Amino acid sequence: MKQKIIERAKELLASGEIGGFLALKQEGMHIAPHLFTDPAELDMLSLGDAQGLGDARYPLVKLLYTLAERFPQEKFGIMVRGCDERALNQLIKEDRSCPLRASRVVAVGFACPEELARACECAQPWPQALVAGEKGPGFPPPEADFADLMTELQQWFGEADRCMKCLGCKNSCPVCVCHECTLEEEAMLPQRQLPPTPNFLFTRAVHMVDRCVYCGLCEAACPAGIPLKKLYRLVAQLVGQGIPLVGAAPRPQPQPAATL
Amino acid sequence: MDYKSTLTVCPYCGCGCGFYLETVNGKLVGTKPSATSPVNNGKLCVKGWNVHEFVQSPRRLTNPLLRKGGELVEVSWDEALDYVAGELRRIKAEHGPDSIAFLASAKITNEDNYLLQKFARAAVGTNNVDHCARL
Repeated sequence: MKQKIIERAKELLASGEIGGFLALKQEGMHIAPHLFTDPAELDMLSLGDAQGLGDARYPLVKLLYTLAERFPQEKFGIMVRGCDERALNQLIKEDRSCPLRASRVVAVGFACPEELARACECAQPWPQALVAGEKGPGFPPPEADFADLMTELQQWFGEADRCMKCLGCKNSCPVCVCHECTLEEEAMLPQRQLPPTPNFLFTRAVHMVDRCVYCGLCEAACPAGIPLKKLYRLVAQLVGQGIPLVGAAPRPQPQPAATL
Repeated sequence: MDYKSTLTVCPYCGCGCGFYLETVNGKLVGTKPSATSPVNNGKLCVKGWNVHEFVQSPRRLTNPLLRKGGELVEVSWDEALDYVAGELRRIKAEHGPDSIAFLASAKITNEDNYLLQKFARAAVGTNNVDHCARL
């Protein structure tokens, strides 16, 4: 599987179509994000499996956003899983000031193994730009039962109490790229107060509605072990957005108010 | 086009969390917790996450400041060092070496911290050495 990614990346670099290939590189026991510019280096590419499947993933798409901003003339290749590609599509779809455009990115995708897809409760464990692997089945979690919503919310207030304000959820989120973040405002994160108000986690959850790609990087970064992905699903369901696969299909154009 | 992620250890406390310092064209732009570090497994506290910010911060002190008439004013290194040396001598002579304490920093190098404690113990003669990373 890895070999196919390496071959495709080598082609892209050798032909000059892209200036750099953003992926993961293994050095000794460590796996880190790396911008490959020399095809010879690609043999050190890693898919992000260290001790277990997908346990050394990084928000590559977020990094691509930074690089696209810093090097506005370059075209990039990027290694993507299903979730990475959804994040990439989400950022491209959002009209931001950053010059990250579809024409500047070549995605080279691979499918996640079924075991990982099941563990991640991933609805689509493969990208459209599939270069390696097979389109395996998805394992979307069942919708939450709102029969006892108050009990459910009470439990979440308990979870929120463990938050230690590291902001790792925001920092590791591939689609959190705002230059000014509401979550960092004093009202949301009062100084000298731990845990922060539960509003902090819930506000972030509301921000993630229709944007979260359910990659689980926030959970992986959370020192308190708060099941954030579950919270984002719950809140998305509560506000009636269901569990959309963002980036999968364009949103219908809203009607201008004047024609109503 | 130059992007590098360099594996290093957090300077702040004694946990020793592993992270990558990210540089673009030689300038620090970010910190990413190492998912393969057995210490922190891809997690960090808020200080670690923002460690790249202090190194090149324009708010960092680059000249010595001395309080004169209640105001901090910029002075030359010679003036600052003469003042500090004189006061250290005076206080040690009047109240003994243990009336002086030294506070080291997580934001300077290991070698600088070594020198500070060496100065405290060998030159001043006190074991009153502490560090801002005592959590």
